[in-house]
Amino acid sequence: MAVIRDVMPAFELFQPATTDDALALLAKYGSDAWVLAGGLDSFDWLKDRIKRPKVVVDMSQASGLRGIKEVNGGLEIGAMTTLTEVVRHPLVKEHFSLLAEGAELAASPQIRNQGTIGGNVSQDTRCWYYRSGWKCYRAGGNICFADTPTAINREHAILDADRCVAVNPSDSAPALIALDAQMVIRGPGGERVVNAQDYFVGPDINIMRMTVLKPNELLTAIRIPGTWGGAKFYFEKIRDRQVWDFPLVNVAAAMKVSGGKIDQIRIAVNGVAARPLRLTAVESAVIGKPADAATGEMAGKIAIQGAVALRFNAYKIPLLRNLVKRAIGGVQEAAWKS
Amino acid sequence: MAEMKNPEETTKTLSRRDLIKGVIAAGAVSSAGYLFRASGVRAQQPSAAGSVERLVTITVNGQQRRVDVMKQETLATTLRYKLGLTGTKLGCDRAECGACTVLIDDVPHYSCSVLTQSVRARKVVSIEGLASADGKLHPMQQGVVEEQGFQCAFCMSGFIMSAVGFLKVNPKPTRTELAHGISGNLCRCQDYDKILTALLKGAENMRRA
Repeated sequence: MAVIRDVMPAFELFQPATTDDALALLAKYGSDAWVLAGGLDSFDWLKDRIKRPKVVVDMSQASGLRGIKEVNGGLEIGAMTTLTEVVRHPLVKEHFSLLAEGAELAASPQIRNQGTIGGNVSQDTRCWYYRSGWKCYRAGGNICFADTPTAINREHAILDADRCVAVNPSDSAPALIALDAQMVIRGPGGERVVNAQDYFVGPDINIMRMTVLKPNELLTAIRIPGTWGGAKFYFEKIRDRQVWDFPLVNVAAAMKVSGGKIDQIRIAVNGVAARPLRLTAVESAVIGKPADAATGEMAGKIAIQGAVALRFNAYKIPLLRNLVKRAIGGVQEAAWKS
Repeated sequence: MAEMKNPEETTKTLSRRDLIKGVIAAGAVSSAGYLFRASGVRAQQPSAAGSVERLVTITVNGQQRRVDVMKQETLATTLRYKLGLTGTKLGCDRAECGACTVLIDDVPHYSCSVLTQSVRARKVVSIEGLASADGKLHPMQQGVVEEQGFQCAFCMSGFIMSAVGFLKVNPKPTRTELAHGISGNLCRCQDYDKILTALLKGAENMRRA
């Protein structure tokens, strides 16, 4: 990653005050436009001159997209709400601490002060071949540089790879999937709402995008229903350094236990595929079973079914297995304490 | 620029830092003059929703500063090269090292990763804004001096701004809490233990002040 000590190449800048103004700009400039939220993902692309948009639509002045409000026992979080605001919000901490934990583990304090929840879930992959401007599948080419015999691919995918082996790096995404969150998207045709797990796409669906968001659309809010409020939560992120680093693997689980048996459960992982994965096979296998180490053991084995290691990332298979195991066992341990 | 003096005389009377700041200021004046001349024409053009002007007023260290900024200009660039506030350092320019940390509305941000255009209505405080007008150091700076907190100190202004911002949320942190609060800053001298001791001393000074 070249460090160029100079200002970014010139672009035209717009700072619309409303979503409507922003959508009008996206419609007008089409593929020349780039949407800027917190900027922590965008500025790398622009500073490295890998992406050269003519027009940047900076959402920082759209105050309507910022803030958290209570809706029907759940929450609606504006897409431009910073990760710090999410982490510190009393309702998030009280009812949906899973999201607070995931958001708190992302990046560094300054990045969380500026990075937004909308940006965190919509960010591009960190595969360095792709981000260095190599013309891979994801960049419109016909090769994956991370999946060649000499490739350095310690951080890459073990599941659901299809030509591209990049992974989704978001820490808040698996928490939102486990909370059954919904993404509110505004576009020229009006508003549409998609489930968090369907917001993300793998290379089998669209190899050049990470989400279902079209270039002329904006993610405006994230809704969290009251369903999982106050459930037993488990979040764990494994990374090389305890600050800044993206997850090697992370896991988020929400569980309702009654009479020692798992009644309902959502479990999602990230860092293992191009999209955060909800582990539905694990969920259906553990329902009705005691939330203990033996169930966790079984769950871990199910989670890694079909995993394929690249040259340098085989460690991710036992890591994923153990995180899923602890997500089941860990919730149980928390229950014993209370 | 004024006529050149005898170079020997210049070095006698000016420190290197003053000379650099003078050159930056001269550049800012001449470029601003160019824009004032053109601004009459620009104002007549209809502006699209959300379009921005190059000549902006930003609040830095309590002062209203009028400055000519490019659309793509980061706050770190504006502070250092337009306003001459070179206490803010540029390390990585990629939101990774923290040397460029400033407070925006009392919240620490990496100024290398903020567009100057987005802080027009907000209050920016850099390391130069901490000491009082009579030159008396901020209690945090005093703590760093007392504990000799840094080796080369390139990262110092960033660490101090991070700590001052964190203490606004948590004025009486434990060592572990403060370590977490300033974890967005790197020190290549690996002097973290002394830095933490110094910043804790500064926090103590701030509570007493």
